[in-house]
Amino acid sequence: MVNIIDRRLNPKDKSLANRQRFLRRAKRQVLDAVRDASAKRSVKDMRGEGEQISIPADGLGEPSFRKGSDSGAREHVLPGNKEYRVGDVIPRPEGGGGGGGRGEGSPDGEGQDEFQFMVSRDEFLDLFFENLALPDLVKKDLKKTERFANQRAGYSVSGSPSNLNLTRTMRNSLSRRIALRRPKREALRDLELEIDRLERSGSDPERLRALVEELDRQTRRARQIPWIDPIDIRFNRFEPVPQPVSQAVMFCLMDVSGSMTEDMKDLAKRFFMLLYLFLERRYRHVDVVFIRHTHIAQEVDEETFFYSRETGGTLVSPALDEMYRVQRDRYPEERWNIYAAQASDGDNTPADNPRVIQTMRETILPLCQYFAYIEVGGQGLHMASDLWRAYEKVASTQPVMAMRRVRRRDEIFPVFRELFTPVDKLGAGL
Amino acid sequence: MTRLEESARLLYRGADWDYDKLKRVHDAVERIAHEELGLDTYPNQIEVISSEQMLDAYSSLGMPLFYRHWSFGKHFARDEMHYRKGLTGLAYEIVINSSPCISYVMEENTMTMQTLVIAHAAFGHNHFFKNNQLFRTWTDAEGILDYLDFAKGYITQCEERYGVQAVERLLDAAHALMSHGVHRFPRKGRLNLRQEREREEARRQYLEATFNDLWRTVPTPESGGSAPPELQALDARQRRLGLPEENLLYFLEKRAPRLHHWQREVLRIVRQVAQYFYPQKQTKVMNEGCATTVHYSIMNRLHQSGQIDDGAYLEFLHNHTNVVAQPDFDDPRFSGINPYALGFDILQDIKRICESPTDEDRRWFPDIAGNQDPLGTWKHAWAEYRDESFIQQFLSPRLMRQWRLFRIHNDAEDPDLEVTAIHDDAGYRELRQSLAAQYDLARQEVDLQVVDVDLVGDRKLILEHRVVDGVLLDSASTLQVLRHLANLWGYGVILLERDARSDRVVNEYPEVEPDDPLVDGA
Repeated sequence: MVNIIDRRLNPKDKSLANRQRFLRRAKRQVLDAVRDASAKRSVKDMRGEGEQISIPADGLGEPSFRKGSDSGAREHVLPGNKEYRVGDVIPRPEGGGGGGGRGEGSPDGEGQDEFQFMVSRDEFLDLFFENLALPDLVKKDLKKTERFANQRAGYSVSGSPSNLNLTRTMRNSLSRRIALRRPKREALRDLELEIDRLERSGSDPERLRALVEELDRQTRRARQIPWIDPIDIRFNRFEPVPQPVSQAVMFCLMDVSGSMTEDMKDLAKRFFMLLYLFLERRYRHVDVVFIRHTHIAQEVDEETFFYSRETGGTLVSPALDEMYRVQRDRYPEERWNIYAAQASDGDNTPADNPRVIQTMRETILPLCQYFAYIEVGGQGLHMASDLWRAYEKVASTQPVMAMRRVRRRDEIFPVFRELFTPVDKLGAGL
Repeated sequence: MTRLEESARLLYRGADWDYDKLKRVHDAVERIAHEELGLDTYPNQIEVISSEQMLDAYSSLGMPLFYRHWSFGKHFARDEMHYRKGLTGLAYEIVINSSPCISYVMEENTMTMQTLVIAHAAFGHNHFFKNNQLFRTWTDAEGILDYLDFAKGYITQCEERYGVQAVERLLDAAHALMSHGVHRFPRKGRLNLRQEREREEARRQYLEATFNDLWRTVPTPESGGSAPPELQALDARQRRLGLPEENLLYFLEKRAPRLHHWQREVLRIVRQVAQYFYPQKQTKVMNEGCATTVHYSIMNRLHQSGQIDDGAYLEFLHNHTNVVAQPDFDDPRFSGINPYALGFDILQDIKRICESPTDEDRRWFPDIAGNQDPLGTWKHAWAEYRDESFIQQFLSPRLMRQWRLFRIHNDAEDPDLEVTAIHDDAGYRELRQSLAAQYDLARQEVDLQVVDVDLVGDRKLILEHRVVDGVLLDSASTLQVLRHLANLWGYGVILLERDARSDRVVNEYPEVEPDDPLVDGA
C-alpha cells in the first residue's frame, strides 16, 4: 500500500526559475549592491566563489493588510510566569520584543530593513557585465583566418576508405538488391536441396531438369548482381569551416614611473581586473600580457607589474613598441583577438608625443579590437595632460580607441560600463 | 527471550537507512496506527529528498509543484542563506494534505528519525488531514495536486500569451490580497424543491403556533415611516452585488469591471490556494499536537514490543524533547508559544483527565473526566475542533499551572504593560479565553470588507476595516495593498477604519487611484 519513492535524483534547481525572476525583480537594488562591491572590495574577492549581497527590502516587500504595532490594545498570554501577580506593572521592554508583541510578528518574518542573500559567481558576473558588449567580438576579417575546422556536411560518393559510412552503404546495397530481385542465399540453397533430393530418388526427371535450369539462371543472376556495388558506397563528407577566433590576449600597459602613486596603481589594477573578468566570460581562453614602462618598457609578471617600484622618466612609445614586439612574437593577429588597456597618470615627455601618435595610428590600433585608455588620478581637475591631448587626436579618428578619466574607486565600474556599453544602448543608463 | 529472537524482532539496527528498512518500519508503524490506535488515514506515499530539494519545497509553500513567482525565489534565497549559515535547521519532513498523502523525508535523517517522521507525518498528520472537519469541509485532498498542476500550466500559458510582466503584476496584486481571499463560512447550498416545501411547511407551522393578532396593529413600512430612499438604494445595491463581502479576491473575480477572463481565472487560482491553506492556519496547534502525540504513542509501542532498541529509543526521546520544548517568556530562545508543545501537552493532559482525574478535573471536564477512553476523546477532538475551540474546550487549570501562564495587557498608549491574569482561580477562565483568542484567525486577521460600490458614479470601491481594540492597520503596507487593489479594480478605492464598538470612523485613507491598471484602455 505504501509507496516509497526516491526523489533525490530529480532535477534539483526546481526553484531556479523563481530565483531568476527574483533577481530580475531586484535588479536595480542588486546592481547598486554590486557596484558598491566593486568600489569597496579588493579585486581578489571579486574573483571568489560568490558574493553575499545585502539589498534594502523596499520594493521587494510583499505587502498585505496587517495590523500596525503602534496603536490599540492587545493581550498576550505567555508561559513561564515567575513572580508576577495580577495588577503588576512591567516596564515595556526595549523594541517591543521580549515579553511584548512577539506573539504576532509579521507573517513572513519580513520587516527587517535589509534583505540578505547569496548570489553565485556566475550570477554576480552576469549582473555585473549585463548589457556590456565587446566591440568586434569576432575578428572582422574572417577570410584571413587560417584556422579551419571540419564540419560534417552530408555524404559523398567518393572519399577516403576511413570515411566510409557503412550504414549508408549497406542500406543502399540492400535496397538495390531488393529492387533488382537478386536471389537470396536461402532460396538458392533450397533449390539445391530439392535438386539433390530429386536426383537421388530419380522419380521426376521433368521437374529435375526444370529445377536445374532454374538454379543455373538464378546463380547467374546472383553473380551479375553483386552484393555490394560501387554505386552503393557512400562516404562521410566533411567541409572545412572557418572558425571564429575564440582566444583573446589582453595587453595591460601601465606607467610605473615615480609620479604614479599606489592609489593610482590600485585604480589601474581594478580596471585591468574588470577587463580580465569581462574577457574571460566572452572568450574561451584569455592571455594577459603585462607591460610596464618608465622611459624603458619591459614585459613583466603580474606581481612585478603591480607591486615593484621603478624609477625613471616617462616615455610612452617604448611601451607601445614593446607591445608590438610581443604581439608579433607570440600573438599573430589572425589567431588572437587583441585588446589593450593602458593606464597612466598622463605624464609623457612632450617630445615623445608625435611618435606615440604615429605608432598608435600605424601599428597598434589596426591590430587591436579595442584600445582603452584610462587616465587615473590626474593633476588638475580640468587640465588635460600631455598624453591625453595626444590620444585625443588619435581617438577622434579611430573608433576602436576609447579613453576616460577615473579619479576614485567607485568611478571604476561606471567608467568601465561606459566604455563597453554598445553605442546604441548609450543613454539607456544602468 | 533469547538474544536471537530479540534481534529478529528489531526492525533495524544502527543509523543507516535503506528502502527495505523504510518499508518494514512503515508496515510496523501502520500496524500499530491502524490496529492499536485505530487511525484512519489516506494511503501513504513517502518520498526521499535531499536538502536542496527540501529548500525548494520550502519556497513553494511545501507543495511539490507550484506556479512561478519571484516571491518564491526570494524566500528560497533567504532560506538558503539561513540554512547555509547554520541559522536554521531544516524540517525533518514536509507532509502534504493530498490523497495519497505525500510525506517528504530528508536523506540526511537517521533510521530512527525516519521512523519518527513516518509515524509523525505519514500517520499523525495524515489522520488529522483526513478526519478534521475543517479539512473535510474546505480542502479536496484527492484533487489538490491535479489542481496545482492545472494552475501551474495555466499560469505558464498566460505568461506565454500575455507576457511574464503582466502575469507577474497580477500575481503581485493577488498575493497582496491573499489573506483576504478565503471564505470563512461555507456558502449555503441551493435548496431543492422538496427541501423548500419542507421549509415552507415549517415556517407556516411556526406562524400558526406563534400567532398573535396584535402584530396586525404594528405599522408596516408601506403605511408610513419608510426608510430614506438613499438607504433603500444602498440596500438594493448591496444585495445585488452580494455585499458586504469579506473575500476580496472572490469579489474582484466576480465583480471587477475591467478584468479579462484570464485575469479572473488567475485570481481564482490564488484564491483556491489560499482557501486550501486556510484550515492549516487554523489548526497549527492541533495538527502538530495530533502528529506529535501519534508519533509519541507509536514510538513507545515500538520500543515496548522490542521493535526498536534502546539506543534508537534514546535518540527518539532526545529529538522528541527538543520538539516539544517550550522556553519561558524571558528565555532568549523564546519566540512565541511552540504549537508542538502546546498541542502535545493538552492532549497528554486529556489522557490524564480521562484516566485518573482529580476533583478539579471533574469540575472542569465533567463530560470526559474518568471516561477511561483517552483514544476516543482524542479522536473526537481531532475531528471536531480547531485551535481556538480546542484550547477553549480542553486547556485545563492544571496545565495552566504547569505552564505558569499569565496574561499581559499591552496598550500602545500606556508606557507600561500590565499583568491582568495569572494561573490562579480568578485567572483560569480569562487565560483560557485569551489564549484561545490568540489562535482565532478571525480575531487575529484584519476584519476587512467591501461595503459599497458607487456603480452609477465613478465606480469607487469602498472598503471598511472593523477596528477591534483600537488596533489600526499598518499604514505603509496598507497603502501598497490599496494600490494593488485599485489596479485590479480599475477605479479608485477608499478604505475607512471604523471602530467596531462605537461604529465611529476612526481613520480614513485618502482615495487611492489605480496608478498602473492591469487592463489598458478606458
